Amino acid sequence: MARNFFTVMRSSAPSSTAARPSSSSRSTAPPPPNMKEAPAAGVGVHLDPSLEAVRHDLTEDIEMALELREVSAFYGTFQAVDKISLPIPKNRVTALIGPSGCGKSTLLRCLNRMNDLIPGARVEGEIRFEERNLIDPTVDAVEVRRRIGMVFQKPNPFPKSIYENVAFGARINGYSGDMDRLVEDALRRAALWDEVKDELDKSGLALSGGQQQRLCIARAIAVQPEIILMDEPASALDPVATLKIEDLMRELAEHYTIVVVTHNMQQAGRVSDYTAFLLAGEERVGRLVEFGPTQEIFTNPLDQRTEDYITGRYG
Amino acid sequence: MTAQVPGPPGGPAQDSVRSLLAELWRERLQPSRTGSGRETAAGRLIHGALFLTATLSAFVTIGIVLVLIFETVEFFREIPLIDFFGSTKWSALFAEKQFGVWALVWGTGMIALIGLIVAIPLGLMAAVFLSEYAPPRVRAVVKPILEVLAGVPTVVFGYFALVSVSPVIRDIFGQDVGIYNALSAGIVVGLMIVPIIASLSEDAMRAVPRSLREGAYALGSTRMEVSLRVVVPAAFSGVVASIILAASRAVGETMAVTIAGGGNPQFGVGPLEAVQTMTAMIVQLSLGDTPTTSIEFKVLFAVAMTLFVLTLAMNVVAQWVSRRFREEYE
Repeated sequence: MARNFFTVMRSSAPSSTAARPSSSSRSTAPPPPNMKEAPAAGVGVHLDPSLEAVRHDLTEDIEMALELREVSAFYGTFQAVDKISLPIPKNRVTALIGPSGCGKSTLLRCLNRMNDLIPGARVEGEIRFEERNLIDPTVDAVEVRRRIGMVFQKPNPFPKSIYENVAFGARINGYSGDMDRLVEDALRRAALWDEVKDELDKSGLALSGGQQQRLCIARAIAVQPEIILMDEPASALDPVATLKIEDLMRELAEHYTIVVVTHNMQQAGRVSDYTAFLLAGEERVGRLVEFGPTQEIFTNPLDQRTEDYITGRYG
Repeated sequence: MTAQVPGPPGGPAQDSVRSLLAELWRERLQPSRTGSGRETAAGRLIHGALFLTATLSAFVTIGIVLVLIFETVEFFREIPLIDFFGSTKWSALFAEKQFGVWALVWGTGMIALIGLIVAIPLGLMAAVFLSEYAPPRVRAVVKPILEVLAGVPTVVFGYFALVSVSPVIRDIFGQDVGIYNALSAGIVVGLMIVPIIASLSEDAMRAVPRSLREGAYALGSTRMEVSLRVVVPAAFSGVVASIILAASRAVGETMAVTIAGGGNPQFGVGPLEAVQTMTAMIVQLSLGDTPTTSIEFKVLFAVAMTLFVLTLAMNVVAQWVSRRFREEYE
């Protein structure tokens, strides 16, 4: 099993550098010079027991956007996440599922260094992102967040106009191109353009909850990230708005890598290509139980606990 | 077997419990307590005393306004409005009296303006630092100290202006600048109102939801960008209200400007010259031996009325701004 994992990782390594024209054609900063020639990925990886739970029989030959190796997260002395290792396939939707308090949101926030903002929070391990460990303190968190965007549980548009909300990220990153086009493009991709095109000057807060969330997605897209993290993006929305967000996630997966935290099982089943199931034991430390293609996880889980959770036997 | 199981309704003990509960419930439903005979004389006394204390300040305010209006009207019976509002010459204590209030408004305005020029940048930077940059422990120490600054007696500030600020101004601008000047008074007034701006603005900034900050960080913002482009604009209503409140405090400031501003009611003089504010003029007129029937006594009320209307207007504007531009997030 572990050997297969390596195979996947290794076969993806060369293409991961070649198939990234997007980063150089971007108007913003090119990749930093400290990126070395890609070492054979996977070599020297220390596999912890939890990797046994990773479904390695990935049938596709996929590139990885991120690779987590023994990632642990702490808030002060409290450990929230323990040595989680899993790959995040590029241009796919990966769902992190598990009951409340299993550390899935914490894990998600590790992926773009959002935990840096919480006093006392600490992350250990390695998150490979284009041959760099993005946890490393020498890596600029601001740069990481620009390339790995995030959409939050509750829509949080700025108290600015719809236009300025979308333009915000581009402005602070010194975008000098056609702002009108960028805004329109981002709103179109977020499936919001038709609803707001005549009232771009209206406050973002005047929109409905579902529209606000799509505005936040547009705002994230406008920075042209490679990865978009979504922390239960539909949990505060009604079913119709939820459906729209889910459709959107599927569409966005053509251009972006999406990692979504959800505790809605059906949602994970509907939108994701891959699923990671996390569970916290008695001591409330989140661990990876199983990772694999969503269909496998849902129809043929390896672990009894996964099956119990998916069939609704957990609270 | 002997355990008491709640029996069917009707047992004597349960009946009495139930009627007691019913009585308590009925009592709760009593719409009014007054007149039910339950309130004792002492209770009514306390009730009345509380009502009086609650309304006392309102009555005092109304009384002050009435006196102001009454005396102001008296003043304008003798001096036409045009001489008061249409002139820039003030010489209330000379033989040939002139009551052009603009000479005093000039002094007040200049000192308040200098004060704000000093206080707005200092206050806002302090607020941004405390709200966005300071670790909790630093904030816990610095903010109370800052607020203590607001409690320093203003006479101390006046003295500070004379002995510390004016000499520096004279060193910079030359020794022919008087020890009493608007700049010196304005600077200390500015220092005096920094805590108002810093403290109230900081409250407004901290009230900006954390989720907005996270949203901005997630787009690759630096801390500076989050502070200046998201937090400050989102707290705009509170920030503006704090500035207007500080301005009205600067306009109403008396002791420091009386000491340091000099006594020169002149319209159009520069910041390096002595000026006299409305408040300082009131001090000057109410000291000494102005007879209560004299016109000098009555003009005091007209100036006070002008000042009152000015600061009231500023407070109203502050409230309007804070309501008009408030963003509701939740």
